Amino acid sequence: MKRHLLEAADLDLADATLVLDTAAQIEAALSGREVKKLPTLRGRTVVNLFYEDSTRTRISFELAAKRLSADVINFSAKGSSVSKGESLKDTALTLEAMGSDAIVIRHGASGAPHQLASWVRGSVVNAGDGTHEHPTQALLDAYTIRHRLGRLEGVRVAVVGDVLHSRVARSNVRLLHTLGAEVTLVAPPTLLPVGVGSWPAEVSYDLDAVLPKADVVMMLRVQAERMNASFFPSAREYSRRYGLDARRMAALGDDAIVMHPGPMNRGMEIAAEVADSVRSTIVEQVGNGVSVRMAVLYLLLGGAPA
Amino acid sequence: MSSYLIKGARVLGGDPADLLIKDGRIAAVGESLSATGAEVVHATGLVALPGLVDLHTHLREPGREDAETVETGSRAAALGGFTAVHAMANTDPVADTAGVVEQVWRLGQEAGLVDVVPVGAVTVGLKGERLAELGAMADSAARVRVFSDDGICVSDPALMRRALEYVKALDGVVAQHAEEPRLTVGAQMHEGDRSAKLGLTGWPAAAEEAIIARDVLLAQHVGARLHICHVSTAGSVEILRWAKARGVDVTAEVTPHHLLLTDACAEGYDPVFKVNPPLRTDADVEAVRAGLADGTIDCVATDHAPHAVEDKECEWAQARPGMLGLEQALAIVQDTMVETGLLDWAGVADRMSVRPAAIGRLTGHGRPIAPGEPANLVLLDPTGRSVVDPAALASRSRNSPYAGRELPGRVVATFLRGVPTVLDGKAQR
Repeated sequence: MKRHLLEAADLDLADATLVLDTAAQIEAALSGREVKKLPTLRGRTVVNLFYEDSTRTRISFELAAKRLSADVINFSAKGSSVSKGESLKDTALTLEAMGSDAIVIRHGASGAPHQLASWVRGSVVNAGDGTHEHPTQALLDAYTIRHRLGRLEGVRVAVVGDVLHSRVARSNVRLLHTLGAEVTLVAPPTLLPVGVGSWPAEVSYDLDAVLPKADVVMMLRVQAERMNASFFPSAREYSRRYGLDARRMAALGDDAIVMHPGPMNRGMEIAAEVADSVRSTIVEQVGNGVSVRMAVLYLLLGGAPA
Repeated sequence: MSSYLIKGARVLGGDPADLLIKDGRIAAVGESLSATGAEVVHATGLVALPGLVDLHTHLREPGREDAETVETGSRAAALGGFTAVHAMANTDPVADTAGVVEQVWRLGQEAGLVDVVPVGAVTVGLKGERLAELGAMADSAARVRVFSDDGICVSDPALMRRALEYVKALDGVVAQHAEEPRLTVGAQMHEGDRSAKLGLTGWPAAAEEAIIARDVLLAQHVGARLHICHVSTAGSVEILRWAKARGVDVTAEVTPHHLLLTDACAEGYDPVFKVNPPLRTDADVEAVRAGLADGTIDCVATDHAPHAVEDKECEWAQARPGMLGLEQALAIVQDTMVETGLLDWAGVADRMSVRPAAIGRLTGHGRPIAPGEPANLVLLDPTGRSVVDPAALASRSRNSPYAGRELPGRVVATFLRGVPTVLDGKAQR
């Protein structure tokens, strides 16, 4: 493993498999225990440095670190010196001086974790940067797929929605490719980046054509504000063409699953009856997120001296 | 005034000759010249070029003296072999009145290292709403001939047409920053494979090309002179080639960084590589080099853009665009154009001195190295290579994209009207 987890490309097949296997071991070790805690990172400090609101990701990382017995500091941009105009670098050096061993960063600017990694000695984990990547989301998605379908090699995954602005899509395309899955991106052309042709993924504009062949359908959040910038004409038209409703779900194969990184726009990209169906892994993904993030923190920090 | 006898310099890279400089002019060019009382400059192996002229420099004064001043920028320019630089108008206050352009001009005179030629803003406050008093700036002591809202495109086509027409009476030229603003909202880097991967909002080549296409048509329609700043794409070169073939009075510049660097530099998210227009692809680099070689692109202009540390040591999206260029421009042209066989030294003199001086209507610069001409000269040692150390630069800022890069050549001496501003590679004041 590299010292940081900044993007999915930091993980080769062996590393990615190690993270997933470690998450499974952690889950097994904790199951049935009364005290859901491992002593692995006792005395280590993990800082959650969140420049964007993200309740679920922050709580997931916080829980992961606490279950490994690390000390956790939550540092959110609001109500801190950041709002008084402190630079990212100064904040990083301050946290470093306080003895942080790992910094988990969520930031609205693509590349902020890379820059942070060049300024601090500890490990940096990217918890989502701008429209770039969100590698632990991709890891928990891969974990969920493997858990449900028993494999990743050759699994056909359709990633549907606002690929252009999605860090989840970028990380998933890279990681799923590394793990041997076959990814098809489905979106209106306006929501695919120029340059998507260089990604290790197929591209389709037609959701109905893709669904019957998919083992996994991963729906991305689509913000209704995008229609104000003419990415699509209306929320209704988007929903008609790219939303996953009960009729479309019926076109899926028997074992196919439906995923969503959350938070969902019910009625927009996903219908309520789909989100709540047995195919849906949405709640499971959240639980798996904690195990996978424990594995990442354990592997990044576990080997280093306290 | 001292006189200088330069011994054995290769004028425009040709055979060695001696140059006698007296009273600010070249007094004689020939073999084995001698002159009593003249200070001898040994120039064996050095190439002599006319002093370089930059059409595009940001000196940041008034307003951001923490990033650069007219004096520090002038020193950087002299060390880069320049004898004249055009100072862009996007200062604070904006150079949109006779008062501001005269202030910048006077600061340049006081520094005395290069001729600082102010560029006047096209529109009041660079707002793109109404014309600044272009005539007042042209008639001022600064004698403004180049007008530009650089940093911002004059995107309103009707306003651009009027500006092109109006400056005809001033023998002026509008230097356009070609960037369609609606196509570049929030843009961070060249739009292509790398922006898709890095998750940075793309700046499409078409946003530059669309404005150039529009403006060459406007310039032809009203019979005006047009200059295009920092051409960065293969498509722009094609449009310019087409326009020149049609007889449009258009000129264009390319920056050293667009001759050398590509969007691959953005991979590490180091904002020192953030610049506007952005670094493009290998194919674009090849096309702008070819365009400069065949004269479609008239000249090299640095777009020297100093920025304070805090404006670059931050998130990519928040960082200001721009990079230093004055001190390495000639080295990069040697690296990308001379050592590749695309230009000889006479060609370098044409693209870095003769043509930019003509575009800016500078009568005392870009002249032949011949008796009677003003002694604006640069002597460079084309042999040897050195590694760029930003801390050693004369600029007040450190945002050089060439840090740690080995580049060829070295400016040994620069003469401004017979006065050495640089000798032995060191600034003389």
